[in-house]
Amino acid sequence: MEQFLQQIASGLANGAIYACVALALVMIYVSTDHINFAQGEMAMFSTYLSWQLMTWGLSFWAAFILAVALSFVMGVVIERLILRPLHSAPVLSIIVVFIGLLAIFNSVAGAIWSYLIKEYPSPFPKSSFGIAGVIGPHQLGVVLVTLIVLGLLFVFFRYTPLGLAMRAAAQNPQMARLVGVRVDWMLALGWGLASSIGAVAGIMVAHIVYLDPNMMAGILLYAFASALVGGISNPAGAVAGGFIVGVLENMVAYAGNQIEKATGIYIIGNGEKLTVALIIVIFVLTVRPAGLFGRVVVKRV
Amino acid sequence: MASTSKKWVLGIVVLAFVVPLLKPIFPDAISDYRLFLVSTMIIASIAVLGLNLLTGFNGQFSLGHGAFYAVGAYTAAVLMDQLNVPYWATIPAAAIVCFIVGYLFGLPALKLEGHYLALATFALALAVPQILKYKWLEGLTGGVQGIVLMKPEVPFGLPLTEDQWLYYFCLVVMVILFWAAANMLNSRSGRAMMAIRDQYMAADTMGIDTALYKTVTFGISAAYTGIAGALSASAIAFVAPDSFNIFLSIKFLIGLVVGGIGSLTGSVIGGIFYVLVDNSAQALSQFVKNDLGLPFDLSAYTVFGVLLIAIIYLMPMGIAGGLFMAWRKIRGAR
Repeated sequence: MEQFLQQIASGLANGAIYACVALALVMIYVSTDHINFAQGEMAMFSTYLSWQLMTWGLSFWAAFILAVALSFVMGVVIERLILRPLHSAPVLSIIVVFIGLLAIFNSVAGAIWSYLIKEYPSPFPKSSFGIAGVIGPHQLGVVLVTLIVLGLLFVFFRYTPLGLAMRAAAQNPQMARLVGVRVDWMLALGWGLASSIGAVAGIMVAHIVYLDPNMMAGILLYAFASALVGGISNPAGAVAGGFIVGVLENMVAYAGNQIEKATGIYIIGNGEKLTVALIIVIFVLTVRPAGLFGRVVVKRV
Repeated sequence: MASTSKKWVLGIVVLAFVVPLLKPIFPDAISDYRLFLVSTMIIASIAVLGLNLLTGFNGQFSLGHGAFYAVGAYTAAVLMDQLNVPYWATIPAAAIVCFIVGYLFGLPALKLEGHYLALATFALALAVPQILKYKWLEGLTGGVQGIVLMKPEVPFGLPLTEDQWLYYFCLVVMVILFWAAANMLNSRSGRAMMAIRDQYMAADTMGIDTALYKTVTFGISAAYTGIAGALSASAIAFVAPDSFNIFLSIKFLIGLVVGGIGSLTGSVIGGIFYVLVDNSAQALSQFVKNDLGLPFDLSAYTVFGVLLIAIIYLMPMGIAGGLFMAWRKIRGAR
């Protein structure tokens, strides 16, 4: 029973990370209809930035804030410089550009910081933090930080004029433009925010998966699965999807373990995590593309 | 026009067959290493052609063609390793297996378009190395270690080196596959494929069985890329799961975009191109590190990434298409 609770708790902690990355994906999808294949690599790059700042002597939280701010700028610059001119380009061109960005971020991080795996510190105190036997200090910290980030985002989008303008620009660009919202800058801001949220996810997960240029590949896949489960057009759904998928991932591995213990037959375990995500992605896409909470899009022909 | 381009192709093919025979005369210019490099270029062109059939001629995106390459390579490797099947017989076997796998993947892909298909195939590409390491398959696939194979031997006591023979083998396979693809695209089926790409709804209304064409095209495309995988297993004489990662699929994409989407010649150019960049990137990295003294480990993917974006901006039809357009402009100006 204790093991079961542990699995759920660590599933929630992973789920928090997936929720963040999924939310970043959804933010870009909602406003531009693009799926950002480079989101994971951008988050990885931001995490390296924070690592670099720490080796230059900053404290964890100072490096955290600075890296998140730098990621914001990075996101805005990428949108303005690279994606803006491709506004009405065919889908394939956009996908190719995203894959190009993925390759650039991955190889540049490898070039600057090498492909050697690095340890990444946890900012949370080891003693008297977490619940003994159920959730570790870092995992609890991850959940708390992501909940704070999500809360801030909610407040920003719900109660500030800028948040309202961004929502308007995403929902109905023409109408928003008519009432004086600068839609193209709103898109760039959305990119910046997405990039920042990704940075938070990367920094939080780096202690668990260690720091290397390929650290986000699996997490990005799970974030895709989360966004799809929750409905890729629904931010709150993506967050819920993140937690659902995080717990599901651990439950599948746990069930596989139990079956192996009981019958001695290996079916599924930790080694098949990405395969599970692939199955979730294809299953949701074919059976219910709108996800659990998404809007069903009716296309007019 | 058609006949002159046919003459060109014929000339190049004859040249490709004759040049390696001149090895005794120019031993330095035509080394075994260079022949091997050209063989890998041939394999790359076949893989890119596979992706081009799907994306370029049928309009379905795939960021996961590395998966079919892996299936082809592993089919060949397992057959050679477990059943002692000769290397040449693994090519049709890999084609059949990959056709089936591709066809099956094409079924759910029917319901997906644009970004979503790209997403599903991207997920496939990420999961491939893990699937290959699956415990139940370990007896066949050798798990993380992979399978070590033998290089193809020269048959009938021909006076060729191993690399020369491999080159000829790859070249023959390539010529057959490109000839078949050109014929297919020129036929009724090929026109149907392209009609689906250009005007899906209209093609459907005109009575084309779009679902059948799309899934079969997925199968054929996977078979082409799978044959390339099987050839590579013979050529490198080794397969391991981690070499079939997402970056393999990115290489195919680079070949597709550089060569030109929807162009047979482009597939060859694209294949040659990515092998060349991959190979020269190491030299470039050495140069940056040792001669310029910069502490950077430059990898080919920086070049690939920058090129992907640059080409989308500057030459949306690929380098082949771009040069062709430039050439026409020059002729037109005269």
